[in-house]
Amino acid sequence: MIAASLILLALAAIAAPVLHRLLPRGGVLLLALVPFGLGCWFATMVPGVSSGTVVSESWPWIEDLGVGFSFRLDGLSLTFALLICFVGSFVLAYTSSYLRGNPRIGSFCATLLAFMTAMLGLVLADNLILLFAFWELTSITSFLLIGFESGRDGARRAALQALLVTGLGGLALLAGLVLLGLAAGGFEMADVMGGAVRQHPLYVPIVVLVLLGAFTKSAIFPFHFWLPNAMEAPSPVSALLHSATMVKAGVYLVARLHPALGQTLLWDEVLVLFGGVTMIGAAFLATRQSQLKRILAYSTVSSLGTLVMLIGLGAAKAAATYLLAHAMFKGCLFLVAGSVTKQTGEKDPERLGGLRRRMPITTVAAMTGALSMAGMFPLIGFTGKELVLKAGLYHPEWALPATILTACAGTLTVMAALLVGARPFIGGLSDSAEPARDPDWRQLAGPIVLAGAGVLAGVMPWLFAEPLVRATVASLEGTAVPGEARLRPLELLWPPTVATGLSFMALALGLGLYLIRVPYRRLGASLGGLGRFGADRLYDSALGGLLGAAAFQTRIVQNGSLQSYVRVTLLVVIATWAAALVRSNALATMTLPTDGVTVLDLAIGIVLVGAAISSTLQRSALASVIVLGAVGFVLALVFALYGSPDVAMTQFAVETLIVIIFVLVIFHLPRYSAFTGTWRRILDASVASLLGILATALTLVVVSRPAPESVSTYYAEHAVPDAFGRNVVNVILVDFRALDTLGEIFVIGVAAVGVHTLLRLRAAPAPREEAGA
Amino acid sequence: MNSSLIFRTASAVLLPVMLVLSIVVLLRGHNEPGGGFVGGLLAATGFSLYALSHDATNARRVLRIDPIVLIGLGLLVAVLSGVPGLLGASAFLDGFWGSLALPGFPEALKVGTPLVFDIGVYMLVLGGAVLMVLTLEELCDDAAAGC
Repeated sequence: MIAASLILLALAAIAAPVLHRLLPRGGVLLLALVPFGLGCWFATMVPGVSSGTVVSESWPWIEDLGVGFSFRLDGLSLTFALLICFVGSFVLAYTSSYLRGNPRIGSFCATLLAFMTAMLGLVLADNLILLFAFWELTSITSFLLIGFESGRDGARRAALQALLVTGLGGLALLAGLVLLGLAAGGFEMADVMGGAVRQHPLYVPIVVLVLLGAFTKSAIFPFHFWLPNAMEAPSPVSALLHSATMVKAGVYLVARLHPALGQTLLWDEVLVLFGGVTMIGAAFLATRQSQLKRILAYSTVSSLGTLVMLIGLGAAKAAATYLLAHAMFKGCLFLVAGSVTKQTGEKDPERLGGLRRRMPITTVAAMTGALSMAGMFPLIGFTGKELVLKAGLYHPEWALPATILTACAGTLTVMAALLVGARPFIGGLSDSAEPARDPDWRQLAGPIVLAGAGVLAGVMPWLFAEPLVRATVASLEGTAVPGEARLRPLELLWPPTVATGLSFMALALGLGLYLIRVPYRRLGASLGGLGRFGADRLYDSALGGLLGAAAFQTRIVQNGSLQSYVRVTLLVVIATWAAALVRSNALATMTLPTDGVTVLDLAIGIVLVGAAISSTLQRSALASVIVLGAVGFVLALVFALYGSPDVAMTQFAVETLIVIIFVLVIFHLPRYSAFTGTWRRILDASVASLLGILATALTLVVVSRPAPESVSTYYAEHAVPDAFGRNVVNVILVDFRALDTLGEIFVIGVAAVGVHTLLRLRAAPAPREEAGA
Repeated sequence: MNSSLIFRTASAVLLPVMLVLSIVVLLRGHNEPGGGFVGGLLAATGFSLYALSHDATNARRVLRIDPIVLIGLGLLVAVLSGVPGLLGASAFLDGFWGSLALPGFPEALKVGTPLVFDIGVYMLVLGGAVLMVLTLEELCDDAAAGC
């Protein structure tokens, strides 16, 4: 059944372009029903999973390598699956209105559904390699989604950056997972769990590599820079990928492997340190942005840092709750931000105002989302923030730094929430807000439902929040039966604790910061020069350096001179042959077969050598080609006379064609004699002679030894009975080794198309000049 | 390109002869020297001579099929010839034989997927070689026209 859900989503992805063409009005909405239905199906599993049931299924794939299609649905997977399906279906509905009239909406939805399939597979996979396959699929589909508006430079750059960063992380992850599987003795999750790997000598490299993968995916410092840039994507993509699902894949991985790799000093401290730095740094950067979506992006990075830190602190309940809360309010706010920008054409919240009069429904959803983000009682955001603060406060080692950092980050998040969720809607009506209207229900459904879910989860946690958190905690702690998890906001509020105090202090300070944001930002602007040392710049210079190095080595290795290519190739051949001859000491056993040499043999030899020498002495290219052709024909004669008619025929045909092609090429060449100097000629002559001598020696060595005949006898014996052919050469080509031939003819085809394309490319500039003149 | 009358006439006569010959070589390849590769090269030589003596446009007209399409078709035929083996519960490209009893022939003709494969090779080699020659030839024609 789990695999069926993946197949259903994948089918929806394939059907998307066709369905959109058939039903341009409602096709996308129909598609949104697929993830919605799947979400409902997953929702029916909540009671079972939260009381300890685990659904798993498995099919063999590459059994020798321990890779299988095995899936498992536990608390953590279920929480993610619900987020993916429900947020995904709202995002699809939103897309049908947001991108209305865009001719590529069909392929956009197909990519979106393909991404959802990959993401769902990622969280359901129970095999490390399968997990990695889905992991890479999310990277590729998100590349396509971020770069959807491929006509814009910024979108292409952002897409490439996201792909490179997450792709490099993916490579590290693959290495890490393979090491992990080898260390644990199997690639199934069950093999890895239990924590025996912690004592393995490979433990440190495993942790480093796995965390590299997770941190790049989840935009944890120092890889945080790609996520804000990925805001080039259309808003539905940001809502799905950059709040609810893809960027959380790293968090998911860390959470998933926490029972296997966690509870060591290395793992926990790395998570706390990098998570904490990301949390506070990105929260600060979020308050300095001037675009709605970039504010949300940095605050998402901050939340991802928080989640990673919480896992490191061992605060499973806080992590599970905050994960749920964040997906709801951030998904809602991303969609709202998209609608606002679409309606007003304005991205800067400071230039917006009074939208509550024009977009009342959007305003309600946005403000609810923002209040949840700020941590207002009694929304789920409040519950989440309380638990985060408590996780810091009561931690035995990290209490002081964790509390200070989370409180500060909380304050800055309040300010960011107000910037996004309040600033555009309050105050006097701005000019840009004049034409704005509430969008249609398809764009409103997502924000309203997500904001409403945030309220429900806060006020009535027993409905779905508590069971989900309970089940997730069980997965995080690696226990089979979920314990109790109470998220009642009233109990958190009263009796008041230090955490409650800090929470309200953060709210008040955040509001204060928001009110004095003009001087605050001016202060920030004076620090703007620091951006020069930012990770984004580092990425640019690294990429630039890479391209520079590539250009440099290309100039050396691929300098475009055919002569030097041939020379280098031949020198390598000479070196390997000489080494082989010397090492095997074969020259000692070499004999010159002199008996049985006829006059015909001698004559052919003399003609061959004479033609070869003569070809080097020609003054014109054409004559040289013709004499070379003669060498080839004499060679063909040799093949024909000494029992290899097939090779002879082919040699004849090839020589003829080569001469024709040469004649055509020479038409384009400059005059021959000016090509090479004396020294160059001496060098070339020595290389050629050396190769000739070595080839002769090698041939003599080979013929003076008895040849192993097993293979050729086998072919000769089996050609007629098995393949019904008397021509063994042909039978080998088209039957015994047909796959090799298939590969070879493929190469021929590609080479021919390559020649065609290159020559056409060279020919292309001519018409442009004409157009210019 | 201005070529001699003798060359033009000869290549026009040679082309059908070489085409027939190339098909003979292709078909007899399984038992006698020959096969799709040599056959394709022979046919390509015929077309190349024709392209040299007449011009690329005329050669394309005589060929009828775009050589790029021929490359694709050849690859497709070769790949498809492997499918029966795959479906027949053995490996991809495994030979699959049937016999064809034709009136007037002493023994039943053996026809199998390897022959289909060889036809694919023939088409691809012909397409590839002709494509290279025609592309070069067209450059020459353009350059000559430019002068």
